[in-house]
Amino acid sequence: MPESIPETANSTLTSGNLHRSLSPRTLFNEVMTALAFLCGALALIPLLAVLSYVAIQGFSSLNFSVFTELPPPPMSQGGGFGNAIAGTLIMVGIAAAIAVPVGVLAAIYLTEFSDPHTVRWIRFATNVLSGVPSIIAGVFAYGIVVLTFVGLKWGSYSPIAGGVALAVLMLPIIVRTTDESLQLVPSEMRQAAVGLGATKFQTVWGVVLPAALPAIVTGTTLAVARASGETAPLIFTALFSPFWPQIWPPQQFIAPTASLAVLVYNFAIVPFKNQQQLAWAASLILVLMVLLTSIISRWAIRQRS
Amino acid sequence: MSFSITTTEPQETVFSANDVKVYYGKFLALKGISIDIFKNSVTAFIGPSGCGKSTLLRCFNRLNDLIENFHLEGKIVYHHQNLYDPQVDPVEVRRRIGMVFQKPNPFPKSIYDNVAFGARINGYKGDMDELVEKSLRSAALWDEVKDKLKESGLALSGGQQQRLCIARAIAVQPDAILMDEPCSALDPISTLRVEELIHQLKERYSIIIVTHNMQQASRVADMTAFFNVEPTDKGGRMGYLVEYDRTEVIFQTPKQQATQEYVSGRFG
Ligand SMILES: Nc1ncnc2c1ncn2[C@@H]1O[C@H](COP(=O)(O)OP(=O)(O)O)[C@@H](O)[C@H]1O
Ligand SMILES: [Mg+2]
Repeated sequence: MPESIPETANSTLTSGNLHRSLSPRTLFNEVMTALAFLCGALALIPLLAVLSYVAIQGFSSLNFSVFTELPPPPMSQGGGFGNAIAGTLIMVGIAAAIAVPVGVLAAIYLTEFSDPHTVRWIRFATNVLSGVPSIIAGVFAYGIVVLTFVGLKWGSYSPIAGGVALAVLMLPIIVRTTDESLQLVPSEMRQAAVGLGATKFQTVWGVVLPAALPAIVTGTTLAVARASGETAPLIFTALFSPFWPQIWPPQQFIAPTASLAVLVYNFAIVPFKNQQQLAWAASLILVLMVLLTSIISRWAIRQRS
Repeated sequence: MSFSITTTEPQETVFSANDVKVYYGKFLALKGISIDIFKNSVTAFIGPSGCGKSTLLRCFNRLNDLIENFHLEGKIVYHHQNLYDPQVDPVEVRRRIGMVFQKPNPFPKSIYDNVAFGARINGYKGDMDELVEKSLRSAALWDEVKDKLKESGLALSGGQQQRLCIARAIAVQPDAILMDEPCSALDPISTLRVEELIHQLKERYSIIIVTHNMQQASRVADMTAFFNVEPTDKGGRMGYLVEYDRTEVIFQTPKQQATQEYVSGRFG
């Protein structure tokens, strides 16, 4: 009898008591909530532990001279790693200068211009590339840049080779995040622009890109963060140097170059206290640099809109 | 089928569709549409869902070109030029024929930039502030937004957003405006405002409006076209024009049985 159903339901609702009870359903809910909270806390512990350990160790060995001085020889006191900071900035800068335009334009091609068949293959290739171990990127840059420079008798290891290796690592991150953010721009937006007489270029440049910009910047920041911490590819390409990088003349630029990541790697495994302290300070600077990049890019986005 | 319209005065036509057939891939969505759209008048397209009203509307500014497997046969003449002539640049067509969409879709930019966008891409050289103000006034939105032109267009209410989209279309100084169910996402009060606006706009523009709302058609339109859809042998659905006449004729003394039933709410 269909008529009786609402009546019964209604009567239980009105007559039943509305207080919290320890019914199995409530209990299950509470237990699952607690479990989810616990897992959340477990996931945070290693993160916080690493960050606080780096912060404590790093701050205690941090002083102004680390920014201005060169790495000390073994057994001596003091010193710094100003050259490694400069080297990391130069190499990440070169990498970003290559990977950001190429990656963003590639993603624009994927979402706005390419046909579905090609898109499938390029997306697949990008996913494969993002899974490639970073050391392979180093070997690749060694093969195409370092060996070329050797062949041309220009030198061997260089920040250019380091930048190329880091660009290879940044590229898939930038393509993927840009690609995804462009796909999220509603097609109504494109139609509105096209309906006003915008060409394809004007639509992409004037409407689609600005709408996707915050996500693109986030992706780029992620890529910069990843690249600045990479060590293995730099060992193949930029090596290390106890001296300041020389920008001019160009012949001097093509020379082994220090970076924070390789400095940490070198100094963390030596038995000298001073070097170990510098490695901690360098780790902290690396973390702060990534943090700063992220804060600045977010701030820049907010200024625009 | 062809329709000879007897209006009191001879009117200039803006669009003249001649035996237009639209295909999506192999699927025939619209068969043999012939219709004349008159200058400085409001033409309403009514009919049940899926009968191809939006499809036909988007043929008039070649927006369907964005759809990959779209294909049109026949002719649409716009001021003596066939819009589908291979020589015609669809971008130039869309600069002259504005469009307002079903869902308000302002750009994620400031109100000012929303209105200025179309003019900028078209290389407008005049005073942009003046154009923005004029367009917003024409869209009956100026008084509500004049103090917050730098704020995002997305911060407005739905009805304001739709009027912003109308202002954006007007700013390109088009010749005709196409509206695809512009009020379907709006509350009754915003709907009335947009309808008033359409009344004012027809002095300067030729307007085609798709609507699901019969009262709206009878309120705003001078001419009304009723479309219907019938199943094809291959299991598809094909839209066609049933009747096209002055609005009062369509609503009071239609010649076709189907029109009579639709406007009196007996089907659709
Ligand atoms: N992009 C498209 N691809 C394929 N078929 C479409 C597309 N857009 C619309 N159609 C089909 O064309 C017919 C008419 O659709 P539409 O013009 O949206 O109708 P209306 O606006 O009258 O509701 C429908 O059967 C619909 O499924
Ligand atoms: Mg429609």
